Amino acid sequence: MSSSPARTPFIVRLGRSFDARSWLLVGLFAAFALIAVPIMHLLLPPENPLHLSTYFITLTGKILCYAIVAVAMDLIWGYGGILSLGHGLFFALGGYTFGMYLMREIGRDGSYQSDLPDFMVFLDWKELPWFWTGSEHFLWAVLLVLIVPALIAFIFGYFAFRSRIKGVYFSIITQALTYAAMLLFFRNETGFGGNNGFTDFKRILGYSITAPETRVVLFGLSALALIGTLLLARYLVSSKFGRVLTAIRDAESRVMFIGYNPLWYKLFVWTLSAMLCAIAGALYVPQVGIINPSEMAVANSIEIAIWVAVGGRGTLIGAVIGAFIVNLAKSWFTVSFPEYWLFFLGTLFIVSTLWLPQGVVGLYRRLRGRQTSAPDSEPAAAAQGPSVTTVAAATPVTKGAGA
Amino acid sequence: MRTIGLSVFGWLLSISCAFAAIDPALLRPLASDGNDAKIAAITALTDGAQREALPVLKAMARGSLALAGDRVVIVDGQRVIDAATNTEIIPAPEVTESIGINNRLRRELASTLAALRLFSSDREVRWEAAQELASGADAELLPLLEKALASEADQEIKATLRMAHAQGSLGSSDALVRLAAVRLLGESGDPNLLQLLGPLTEKRDGNWIEPDSAVRAAAGTSIRAIEKRLAFAENVGRAFTGVSLASILLLAALGLAITYGVMGVINMAHGELLMVGAYSAWAMQSVFQAHFPNAVDWYLLAAIPIGFLAAALVGVLMERVVIRHLYGRPLETLLATWGISLFLIQVARTVFGAQNVEVANPVWMAGAIEVMPNLLLPWNRIIIIGFSVAVLAAMWAILNLSRMGMFVRAVTQNRPMAGCVGVPTGRIDTMAFALGAGIAGLGGVALSQIANVGPDMGQGYIVDSFMVVVLGGVGQLAGAVWAALGLGVLTKFLEGWTGAVVAKIAVLVIIIIFIQKRPQGLFALKGRFVES
Repeated sequence: MSSSPARTPFIVRLGRSFDARSWLLVGLFAAFALIAVPIMHLLLPPENPLHLSTYFITLTGKILCYAIVAVAMDLIWGYGGILSLGHGLFFALGGYTFGMYLMREIGRDGSYQSDLPDFMVFLDWKELPWFWTGSEHFLWAVLLVLIVPALIAFIFGYFAFRSRIKGVYFSIITQALTYAAMLLFFRNETGFGGNNGFTDFKRILGYSITAPETRVVLFGLSALALIGTLLLARYLVSSKFGRVLTAIRDAESRVMFIGYNPLWYKLFVWTLSAMLCAIAGALYVPQVGIINPSEMAVANSIEIAIWVAVGGRGTLIGAVIGAFIVNLAKSWFTVSFPEYWLFFLGTLFIVSTLWLPQGVVGLYRRLRGRQTSAPDSEPAAAAQGPSVTTVAAATPVTKGAGA
Repeated sequence: MRTIGLSVFGWLLSISCAFAAIDPALLRPLASDGNDAKIAAITALTDGAQREALPVLKAMARGSLALAGDRVVIVDGQRVIDAATNTEIIPAPEVTESIGINNRLRRELASTLAALRLFSSDREVRWEAAQELASGADAELLPLLEKALASEADQEIKATLRMAHAQGSLGSSDALVRLAAVRLLGESGDPNLLQLLGPLTEKRDGNWIEPDSAVRAAAGTSIRAIEKRLAFAENVGRAFTGVSLASILLLAALGLAITYGVMGVINMAHGELLMVGAYSAWAMQSVFQAHFPNAVDWYLLAAIPIGFLAAALVGVLMERVVIRHLYGRPLETLLATWGISLFLIQVARTVFGAQNVEVANPVWMAGAIEVMPNLLLPWNRIIIIGFSVAVLAAMWAILNLSRMGMFVRAVTQNRPMAGCVGVPTGRIDTMAFALGAGIAGLGGVALSQIANVGPDMGQGYIVDSFMVVVLGGVGQLAGAVWAALGLGVLTKFLEGWTGAVVAKIAVLVIIIIFIQKRPQGLFALKGRFVES
C-alpha cells in the first residue's frame, strides 16, 4: 500500500498492491470466468440446473465491459477528481473502430453481396473512405482501438488541462464533446453507418460471431480485461504516481507550489482511462452485435458516473460492484416494470449522492466498523464543508475534488 | 372531388343571383376552334362583362363548359346550367359537344380569373389576386390591369399591380415602354423576376434577344439591384432567425446563469423546468377550452404566471429537499440534479403520457409580417423575442433595484462575507433558485409556442443552455445575453453555409476552443480569486 523504494521489482510491487484476500477473490473470479463458465455453458446440457444460458453469457459479458468503463471512470473521478461526462464517447469510439473490422469480416455475405459494407452500397458509394484503409486486418483494428480514442483524449485533455479547466466546467465541456460526436456520427456522410451504425456482424477472425464457443471466448476475454484493468488501476493508485494524483485532486495549487506539474499527471490518467474505455467498447460490440451513435448520448455517459457513485468512489472494486448493481437492476426493470426504471435510476442518483457518498463499499465498511482503516475511500470533497474561505490571495484554498 | 365541385357550384349559384345575364353572342365564340380564337373570346368576354364572366371561366377552367345545340352550358354532374343566365335548365338538354382546353388555355384562364378577382369588393381577395399576377402576368392582361389600376384605391395593391403591369409590358413593341417596365421591375425584390429579366441580357443565335441596347443595360442594372436586395433579405432573414434562436437560448439560460452564479450549482434538471413551464401552458389551454371557450386565445397570458409559479415551486422543492444538502460539492449536485431530471421526465410521462401534447398558437400569434417577397417574419417569433427582452429587463430590475437582488449579488460575489454582514444566505439561495426555476418556466411557456411539448423536450436544451452559461461567464447577465446572441446568430449563419448538423458541431468546437482562451467566459467576475 505504501510507496515503495524504486528498486523493488515491478512484480513485487504489483503483488503488494493487493492484500491476500483480494488476490484470492481475483483468482476465484478468474477461475469462474475462464473455467467454470465455459464448462457450464458448453458442456452441461440445457436442462441441467447449473447450465448457463446464452442470455446470461451475453448479459454478464456486457456488464463486464461496463465494469471496465466504471473502473476507468473511478480512476479519473475517484482518484483524479475529474468528472468526465464524455466517457461514452471513448467507449463508442473503441466499439466503432473494432466494428469497422467486424463490418469488413462480413465480406460478401451482406444483403447486397458487395465488398463494401451494406450501408455504403445503400449510399451508393463506390469505394471505401480513406479511414477504412486496412480495417480488414485484425491487428490494425486492435491498434486503432488503442490509438484513436487515446489520441483524441490526449489532444482534448492537453488543451483542457493546460488552460486549467476543471470541476463542473470540465464536465460540461466533455458533455459537449460527446454530444458533438454523436451528432457527427448520426450523419450518413461521416462514413460510420449513420443512425443505424454497424450491425449484422457475421465473423470474427473467421469464427462465427454467434457460435457459443466464440461467445465464451469473448466473455473470458472481457473477464481478463477487467482483471487486468483492476490490477493496473490498483497498482497505479498505490504507486507514487497515484499519491500525486490524489494530492492534485485534493489541493491542486499546493501540488503545483511544491513543484509538480499537474498537467502531465492528469493527462496521463485521462488518456489511460479513455484507452481502457475503448478496450471495453471493442469487447462490447462483438458480444452485443451492434454499435450506433446513441452510445454517445449524453445520458449514457452520465450513467457511467452513477455506477461509480453507487459502488463507491475511489475504491476501484466499488466501481465494478456499482456497474453490476445498476445494470442488473436495469435489465430487470426494463423487462418487468419499464415505466419505473427512470424513477429508480433518478432516485438512485439522488440517494447515492445524498446519503451514500461512499457508495455500497463505504456502507459495507461502515457496517463492519472498518471505515477508519480504509486507505483512500473518501474523496476530499465529501469531507469539506461548503464555506471554504479564501484567507488571502496567496493561500491556495480549493474546494477539493469538486471545485 | 364531387362534393368540392358541388360546393363550388353552390357558391357560384349563391353569388350569381345578383348578376345580370351575359349576352349569348359573347359566349358562343368560347366554343370556336383553335387556341387563339378561344383566347380572343375570353378577352372579349372579360371586357364585356367582368363579374358575370367569372363562373363561366371557372367552369371552363374545370373543363365542364359544353355546348347544348347552340347554347353554351355548364355541366355539373347530372345537372346542366345555362352559362348566360347561370340558372339550371330543366329538363336537362342533351350535351352535344364539350369545350376542351389545353395547357396554354389553362394558364390563360388562371391569370384571367386572377385579374377578374381584382375587381372584387373584398380587399383581401384583391390583394391575393394582385400578388398572384405579380408573379407572372402577360401582355393579354394589360387592358384588364390598366382598368384595375384606374379603379384601385389601396396603395399597397396598386404598387403590386404596377409590378404586374410592368411584367406584362415587357412584351410591348415600344422600346420606351419596355425600358420603363424594366426600370420599374428593378425596384422589386421578387426572385421570380430574375428569370424574366435574365433573357433580356442574353444572346440567342448570335443576336440579342432584346434589340434595344438601352433596355438591355437597364435590365442588367435591374437584375443586379434585385439580386442585391435578395441577398440583403436573406441575410436579414438569417439574422432574424439567429436572434430568434438567441431569445430562446437566453430564456433557457437566464435561470441557469442565476443558479450557477449564486450557488455554483449546475442544475441538470433545468431543461425539465422548461418542460414544467411548457406543460403549464398546455394545462392553461385545456382549462380555458373547458371553462372559458370565448377567451381561449388569451390562455397564454394566464399561462405566464402559472408557468412561473409551477416551475418556481418545483425549483424550491428541489432546492430544499436535495440541493441544499450538497452545497460545496458541485459534482455531486450535478449528478443529483440529473437524477431529479430523470425523475421529472418519468413523472411527465406518467401524468401526461409519453406522446407530445398539442399546444396551439393563439390567433394573435399566427401569421407573419412580409417585409420582402422572400423575407417573412413570423409573429410568434417576434413576440417571443419581445417576451425574452421583457423577461431580461424584469430580471435586471430584480437583481439591481430590489433588496433581494442586492443580497443575491452579494452572495454571488462572496458568500461568507455576505453571511457575516447579516445576509440570510440560506434563504437567498432558496429564493434565487426559485427565481431561476421560475424564469425557466417562463422559457417553457414561450417554447410551447414554437417547439414540441413532450416529456423529453427539456433534454434538447440542456447542452445548448450550458454552452451559453459557460461562454458568457458565471453569474453575469450581460455575459449570458451576449453569449446567447452570439451563439444564436453564429449558428444560423453557419447553418446557411454548411447545414444544421455541421453548424452545431462547428459551434461546439468553437466554444471548446474559445474556452481555452478565456476559461472564465466572456465576462469574468472581477475580484481576487485564487481558483473558482
